[in-house]
Amino acid sequence: MSLLEVTNLQKYFPTYEQKLLRRESDPIKAVDRLSFTLDSGETLGLVGESGCGKSTAGRTVLRLLNPTGGQIVFNGQDVTNIKGEALRKLRREVQMVFQDPYGSLNPRHPVGAIIAAPFEIQGIKPEGGVKRTVQELMERVGLNPEHYNRYPHEFSGGQRQRIGVARAIALKPKLIVCDEPVSALDVSIQAQVINLLEDLQEEQNLAYVFIAHDLSVVRHISDRVLVMYLGKMMEVADRDTLYERPMHPYTQALMSAVPVPEPRRNRERILLTGDLPSPQNPPSGCVFRTRCPIATERCAAEVPLPTELEPGHVVACHFPKVRDVL
Amino acid sequence: MTEPFLRVKDLHVHFPTDDGVVKAVDGLTFDLEKGKTLGIVGESGSGKSVTSLAIMGLHRGTRAQLSGEVLLDNQDLLKVSDEELRGMRGRKMAMIFQDPLSAMHPYYTIGQQLTEAIQVHEKVAKASARTKVIDMLGRVGIPNPQRRVDQYPHEFSGGMRQRAMIAMALINDPELLIADEPTTALDVTVQAQILDLMRGLQDEFGSAIIMITHDLGVVAEIADDVLVMYGGKCVEYSGLDDAFHRPDHPYTWGLLTSMPRLDRVKSERLVPVAGNPPSLINVPPGCAFHPRCTFREFAGIDCAAAVPELAESYPDHLSRCHIAPAKRAELFTEQIAPKL
Repeated sequence: MSLLEVTNLQKYFPTYEQKLLRRESDPIKAVDRLSFTLDSGETLGLVGESGCGKSTAGRTVLRLLNPTGGQIVFNGQDVTNIKGEALRKLRREVQMVFQDPYGSLNPRHPVGAIIAAPFEIQGIKPEGGVKRTVQELMERVGLNPEHYNRYPHEFSGGQRQRIGVARAIALKPKLIVCDEPVSALDVSIQAQVINLLEDLQEEQNLAYVFIAHDLSVVRHISDRVLVMYLGKMMEVADRDTLYERPMHPYTQALMSAVPVPEPRRNRERILLTGDLPSPQNPPSGCVFRTRCPIATERCAAEVPLPTELEPGHVVACHFPKVRDVL
Repeated sequence: MTEPFLRVKDLHVHFPTDDGVVKAVDGLTFDLEKGKTLGIVGESGSGKSVTSLAIMGLHRGTRAQLSGEVLLDNQDLLKVSDEELRGMRGRKMAMIFQDPLSAMHPYYTIGQQLTEAIQVHEKVAKASARTKVIDMLGRVGIPNPQRRVDQYPHEFSGGMRQRAMIAMALINDPELLIADEPTTALDVTVQAQILDLMRGLQDEFGSAIIMITHDLGVVAEIADDVLVMYGGKCVEYSGLDDAFHRPDHPYTWGLLTSMPRLDRVKSERLVPVAGNPPSLINVPPGCAFHPRCTFREFAGIDCAAAVPELAESYPDHLSRCHIAPAKRAELFTEQIAPKL
């Protein structure tokens, strides 16, 4: 049994007409029929362009947003619609690390209080007292425990992200959703935080949902990678399969666009034309067809269903074909 | 010998503050020819953006203290009058900023802002300027430019806005284009389009480009020369191939080993640069990088004692390090190259 099983997850945001009566119009389908599983100690990378619904998916899985449809099973328990005390208990097991190390820490609270907040909220008295536990956590993530009484503004971006990580691991959760945890950091600092996340995973058998737009970082940290476009799953496979033998034209286009730090390596680039369509009026059939280089009439008529083409490699495309784009 | 198109010589930009002098740029020298691209790489606070603002003369009227020379076509931009400089901005040199939303005026349409950019330099009728604007918007890949020209910046998506700003920068065919992290806020697919666009326009107009970025992948894709900055100083300056195939400064090594790769799985762990970038008020004495450098034992002298000179380690390849060049070459081959 997997730690997390997500089946046909949907998150629609209602929209209203800009008229007097403000009737409800077509919802924005931020996440539409997304399914995946995640084991303990495993990292699932969630990639896609901005606006593809990857952050919404992460937040809905944690129940920070209420799903519109589908099912979320965590540790054998259906958590799709739990409320109140049951939901609060779930929060001990699932945590989040946010992108913005400036916005996700309260500037008026000292770091000690920020990291201790989970204990307070959950009414847990850790062995050895809160202060000692917090200082141990600070030490674990590479912060000086003597800085217990300092405020967030006294720390650099990388250190702040460490504070966010310390807070997330305080209750020894089983699953952490990391939403672009390193994209705001400088390259040399980025590697420090990535290594920290990897070490913690190994020590505590943590499962990560790692949301990022940087495909190189995702390749480094993930065991499996899921590619999203306009709220839908395009392709999922284990890391090496996805990067070495991508089958979905969107995955191929995405990878071919990433610049590689090696001069004069003439890679073929699959250029996507146009911008992302609105998730309020997604194209009929395959949502990617308007920008797909190989789309046909069939793609407009029929929605391609996610199909397992080889063990663990699921592709939602009518014309899947392996193509080396690196 | 003819002078290069752009020559920056011993540029210093210092900001006096209550806490001390911020030495944002401290003795920077480089050359750039027409039709070539220089990539400037560095972390936040390394002085790369301040350099570009200094070239554009955008520190004027602030408390910044500038010294050195910025020679564009043999004219020292630090000495020309405000009036002359205004005539050069846009036409002689132009800049693309990282965040197009804050670089554009929200109350004016894209068309009005681009038309103004033309009319500042040329006495042309509004109608003909407008035609030129529509043509330019089409060239940078904005679909439907006749309709788009009358829209406001907020009606454009991030990628479109960045294109509109590139159109604004290019509308007077500038000879020098400075791009400050032009693709950092964009998705990779859009980034690829923008880089292609810049390359295409360079082929067409033969402009010189300064590309400021922290992404070594972007540099590999677009630059001819690479300049690595750290703590306000250039630590390594070389041709593109040298920068990636025989980088010669421990900081450049750190940047390369800390980056995950798309095209292959690296050795299990990334090798980050320990510690944090320096404060520009209290730049560490001697080599600014020495507190974070894992190789300083090989220098043979105290790295904190003196600032290393920028010296040639290979032909046309300068670096600023106390470790002997031969030793550095050995360290790179033995310890760094296998990790890349």
